[in-house]
Amino acid sequence: MKSLKEVQAEVVDDFSMYDEWLDKYEYLIDLGRRLEAFPEDLKTEDRLIKGCQSRVWLDATVEDGRLYFRADSDAIITKGIISLLIGVYSGRTAREIADDDFSFVDQLGLRENLSPTRANGLASMIATIRQMAQNHV
Amino acid sequence: MMQLENIRQEFPALAESVYGKPLVYLDNAATSERPRSVIRKWTEMTEKYNANLHRAVHRTAAVATEEYEAARDAVRAYLNAEFREEILFTSGTTASINLVASSFGEAFVHAGDEIIVCESEHHSDIVPWQLLCGRKGATLKVLPVDDSGHLRLELLPDLLTPRTRLMCVAQISNVLGLINPVKEIVTICHSAGCAVLVDGAQGIVHQRVDVRDLGCDFYAFSGHKVYAAPGTGVLYGRRELLEQMPPYMGGGEMIGTVRWSGSTWAPLPQKFEAGTQNIAGTPTLRPALEMAETLRDPAIEAEQERIKTFMLNALQGDARIRLYGVPAAPEEKIPLFSFSVEHSHHEDLALILDKMGIAVRSGQMCAEPLMDRFGVTGMVRVSFAPYNTLREAEYLIESLDRAIKMLQG
Repeated sequence: MKSLKEVQAEVVDDFSMYDEWLDKYEYLIDLGRRLEAFPEDLKTEDRLIKGCQSRVWLDATVEDGRLYFRADSDAIITKGIISLLIGVYSGRTAREIADDDFSFVDQLGLRENLSPTRANGLASMIATIRQMAQNHV
Repeated sequence: MMQLENIRQEFPALAESVYGKPLVYLDNAATSERPRSVIRKWTEMTEKYNANLHRAVHRTAAVATEEYEAARDAVRAYLNAEFREEILFTSGTTASINLVASSFGEAFVHAGDEIIVCESEHHSDIVPWQLLCGRKGATLKVLPVDDSGHLRLELLPDLLTPRTRLMCVAQISNVLGLINPVKEIVTICHSAGCAVLVDGAQGIVHQRVDVRDLGCDFYAFSGHKVYAAPGTGVLYGRRELLEQMPPYMGGGEMIGTVRWSGSTWAPLPQKFEAGTQNIAGTPTLRPALEMAETLRDPAIEAEQERIKTFMLNALQGDARIRLYGVPAAPEEKIPLFSFSVEHSHHEDLALILDKMGIAVRSGQMCAEPLMDRFGVTGMVRVSFAPYNTLREAEYLIESLDRAIKMLQG
């Protein structure tokens, strides 16, 4: 199994292939579309990530100390972003996620290319993933 | 006749680029860009005439005070108010409305009284009234809109009772862009003994405002939407009412005398202008309103009409798009268009348009009750100013089509 850092480096690599931000959005839209369907009955208030302009739901299950994430959003670009995040962290141990510095997100350039309200949403997604991991350490 | 290109050159921000593309600024309902005359005045006030107002005898303070009071005269003339002391300076529409909610509320609203707001109001013209009603044990009533976004004026007479103290209405809705029949509302309300506050945040930009013709009791607007510095604002209030209202904030300059046994108040307008005012910003209202006057040029107004016709045709002719605020005739609407696109989230659309160089607004536009009314979590809003061009509208529509195709695959 690849290390978390290796997977992150691959994601950064893939994302940097696109020079134009519109192409990066196309990529995120595609990721969002391909995200596994999220069960409607899991769209509960407690799974909503606070601080996002659009609605984002995140659910985590734990098996053998590893976290498996599922997510959804009513905005497709946001769905692509959360898909990218859970693609990286799903199947990792709670300890690995809790200890990660999430610096690969900065390398993606997402933060500075999203408006502050969206960047806050991104920060909330990261904080929620980290919190879920810490709860299971 | 004025050349639009010449006017655009007066607004330096319009020449900016974003992501290597020329900025197409279509978020004017949130804030307008500022002309050089405003920027000059703003800078001049800071560089040369920075002194506190009304208090000191020195020369710099005198100039600062003259500039500030000249802005009051300019606003009085622009609104055609009868007396200069009916013009109060605030930090914006929100502050103006809160002043009325506090001071008019204190003097005139009691337990069991009623206030009416429209379903299409901005949060700034809803929440202050909710707070007031909570404090006073008064009731907040709502005048609804119909499916096209028009106020259901026929319901107003029945909403009014002898206990209704105030009706609050936007001259133009910041979401629907429809021009409300304010004059008619004033007539109906006054005949029922109810005062009227007009939220002119959008109206001041797109309408020739005459408060005596409208007959309203209060008219509130922000400077920053009509080319002036941010943090400036105006409350027009009928003198007779302002005189009966207690001060909003206590502090320096609003007093007559201060004694331990009690204080007295300064005459209007100082009674409502406690503390240090916006020394550099407020004087910019004068060049800003001059610009607003300049922009009422036949050539510019003709371009605005072309934009409106083009946009209405493009949006209403597209089956994927739902427009909110559908005018019965074009003259009922300003060039402000809020819409949703089926299977496309408003935030996705705004984000993609942004990368194409187009600044639009997405979300609830500070009008959550109206979003609920139309059953949406948000909308996209494009709002044009007189300095926008038909070419920009065309680019927007091309880009929107491209964005929708990206999102819908």
